[in-house]
Amino acid sequence: MSDKTPVLEMRSVDKSFGPIDVLHEISLRVHPGEVLCLLGDNGAGKSTLIKTLSGVHKPTRGEILMDGEPVVFESPRDAQGRGIATVHQFGGTYPLMSIGRNFFVGAEPTKGWGPFKVFDRKTANETAVKAVREFGITRIEDGDRLVGGLSGGERQSLAIARAVHFGARVLILDEPTAALGVKQAAHVLRIVNEAKKRGLAVIFITHQVMHAMTVGDHFAVLIRGAVAADFRKGEKTREEITDLMAGGETMADLEAQIEGYMETHEGHVPQAN
Amino acid sequence: MSRQSDSRSFPVSLGSIARRPEAGSLVGLVIVYTFFAILGGAVFIGAPGWSSWLNIAAEVGIVALPVGLLMIAGELDISVGSVIPASSMTAAIVSGHYELPAVVGIVAALGVGLLVGFVNGYLVVRTRIPSLIVTIGTMFAVMGLTLGFAVLISGSTSVFLVPDPVTKTVLGAFIGGMFNVSMFWWAGFAVAIFYLLHVSPIGNWIFAVGGDRESAHNAGIPVKWLTVSLYMLSGFAAAFVGVLQLMTYQSAQVAAGQSFIFNSIMCVVIGGVLLTGGAGSVIGIVIGTMTFAIVNQGIFFSGLDPNVGSLIIGALLLGAVLSNDTFRKLALNYATKKS
Repeated sequence: MSDKTPVLEMRSVDKSFGPIDVLHEISLRVHPGEVLCLLGDNGAGKSTLIKTLSGVHKPTRGEILMDGEPVVFESPRDAQGRGIATVHQFGGTYPLMSIGRNFFVGAEPTKGWGPFKVFDRKTANETAVKAVREFGITRIEDGDRLVGGLSGGERQSLAIARAVHFGARVLILDEPTAALGVKQAAHVLRIVNEAKKRGLAVIFITHQVMHAMTVGDHFAVLIRGAVAADFRKGEKTREEITDLMAGGETMADLEAQIEGYMETHEGHVPQAN
Repeated sequence: MSRQSDSRSFPVSLGSIARRPEAGSLVGLVIVYTFFAILGGAVFIGAPGWSSWLNIAAEVGIVALPVGLLMIAGELDISVGSVIPASSMTAAIVSGHYELPAVVGIVAALGVGLLVGFVNGYLVVRTRIPSLIVTIGTMFAVMGLTLGFAVLISGSTSVFLVPDPVTKTVLGAFIGGMFNVSMFWWAGFAVAIFYLLHVSPIGNWIFAVGGDRESAHNAGIPVKWLTVSLYMLSGFAAAFVGVLQLMTYQSAQVAAGQSFIFNSIMCVVIGGVLLTGGAGSVIGIVIGTMTFAIVNQGIFFSGLDPNVGSLIIGALLLGAVLSNDTFRKLALNYATKKS
């Protein structure tokens, strides 16, 4: 896969806010049909990295390339226009709006002419339901249903299906499984796999090592704003990754604690927050 | 509304009506009207009753509609209470004191409303200070400016204007001696805002901004532009009411309009709009306004102590919020049944 041009690449990207350096020398690349897992503890700079990739922030130094060409994202909308879609934990879905309306927020289908354009509810609902069902959420049949009545996993899936529908080439998923139960998380992971199968480049941000290892092809561990490790699937064990995330300090008792926790919690590592 | 007309995919049933956001407010309206119809008797059911509450409903309703849009978008507008007198004072000074044509005065008055709306919106999007505080600030500022300029220019806190017959007919006449033309303007505003919120794609943006401002911004919705526009719309509507009042009563008072602040918010909340934004409907706001006006005027026909009216409105408000929550839960839990 490395012989192809990456869809999205960061070359020695730095980001500072005034005197505070948040990201140093970040170099990452992601190819079509590949899942890049970005691991890191809270405060490691994951959010800033996402915001830099999705056009909210501009890099202080370094460059971002798409298909090998340097690009500058002027705004989140600009980044979206180029095919970068960011799905936040609960973002992008509005509980008190219908599925059809949610799906088309900011890109409403209309019928009619001139200033008398009318929101085309029927098309919106049909398209939304079809797109979501293609991702395996068969429980959704009625586009008039309010999104607040869906489960967390279904809402994530709706947001991902939405991004894919609108032509995303790079999908940035910000902690999509963090607040979900085991079953729901598995659901979201299946959808990540589906997006990957469709040839999307996925950047999957998480601090749940197990979830990352299930879907990831490529891993990068972020510590204090720098890439501390960059490796491919199968090159490191779960223990090694967890260790890295904790700052590289192997603490025997912490290790023991985690082991004990995982035995009683279906293999999950305790969350940092 | 589009949902009802498309009966194939959304059959009208008791259940679907109960899930509509207006359901609670409609029940409230029926109860309140029945209550006062019984107490007020034939006079209240007849033209005098209808004209009295419709006249009240029209004025507060024109303000409540855009205030409702703002509340759906997650913002408040307190400044309407001083935009109304500022607008009628502007028109009165321009067309009454300086004797310019009525049209000039009206345009100036509406301009004042748009300007105050712009300042509100600009301050809200630039500073992210809660809009309640921003608009309280602009309300006092506008109130002070109105008083200052009125005294400075005309030497008085009330200015008179005798409108020409055409202006009077269009903006301030009473049909049959009872029904103020303002109710047609209210109907016009309701249709226009219904179109904006429920038919045009902009409506989706308003709901999205109220539901989750950050996500709406990320989805490419021009959140700042939308917020400023909604404030300008509410300033415009308040100024329009100021003009209607001036043409109807033929004088502008510095202190008129404070009652509109809470009354407009109450109409909106009774109408089922969620205080935190993200949900609501124009039909609901219209129903809420009618309910409010019926209580407000019905009390005079009923022979009850007028203070009981305030009590009823207070109870209605609480009842509305509680029932809105219930109906919202119903709507959220509604799942498609396999048929």
